[in-house]
Amino acid sequence: MITISNNLNIYLILAAFLFAMGLYGMIRHKTFIGMLVSTELILNGAGLNFMAFNKFTAPDPATGQIITLFIMGIAAAEAAIVVSFILAVYRKYNTSDPESLKELIG
Amino acid sequence: MIAYYQIIAQIMFVAFILLTIVGALLAVNAKILMHSVLGLAVCLLGVAGLYFYLGSIFLTLMQIMIYVGAVCIVLVFGIMVGFTPNESAEKNDIGRNTLLGIVASGIAGLGLVVTILGRTSWEAAAITIGDFSIEWIGESLLLKYCLAFELISVVLLIAIVGSIILAKGGREEGL
Repeated sequence: MITISNNLNIYLILAAFLFAMGLYGMIRHKTFIGMLVSTELILNGAGLNFMAFNKFTAPDPATGQIITLFIMGIAAAEAAIVVSFILAVYRKYNTSDPESLKELIG
Repeated sequence: MIAYYQIIAQIMFVAFILLTIVGALLAVNAKILMHSVLGLAVCLLGVAGLYFYLGSIFLTLMQIMIYVGAVCIVLVFGIMVGFTPNESAEKNDIGRNTLLGIVASGIAGLGLVVTILGRTSWEAAAITIGDFSIEWIGESLLLKYCLAFELISVVLLIAIVGSIILAKGGREEGL
């Protein structure tokens, strides 16, 4: 019991939980921000996975940390893009509801 | 003999796991978007604590600075500028989307957990190089992962310029 923080499976199961929660939120939410929050959850699940394997199985401990850093960079860039995208959509359609962007539907 | 600080460390580990789970649940189930972002921040703090247990203090600090400090603030800005007040409380209809989400995420999560527990055994690497220090990360970034480092800089630059171009003007101005 005393070394539960030294068990790979705990981290992997938690990462799977984060992924499942992100998937659930992605399907359930009907706003851009809600979907973005779910995306961040999924990315964090991936990062946690990388860090866990980095600690327990990787030959070079720098690899997983650098990959996780890159995931953080991608997530930050993505958040900035989506927020400005929300602004652009708001300006053109006067709403923030993704369901109302139906101009391209035949 | 187990030292008392080891017990405290394990209790803190469980606390971080609970923080992550509660934050994720709040993030996807909240009715108000601002609560959703708050849940995300709590969840990210929990993950930052887990990074500490995985041996990387550097990543813990980066997680708190980049995710909790920057990404969550950007999301809050997005809510504040992009949504009119009556829109920011999400219409929380328990419809087919919720059912579909539960089924899909349940299947995906259960599949992953079964695979993790039942079908794989993870072996530690035979030969290891380097350590968990920041010096080793910096050296790897500048030597072995130099190309990826430059590419992420370019991606970030393009993202900044692109978001400025997209958001240029203002909310009230016509396109």
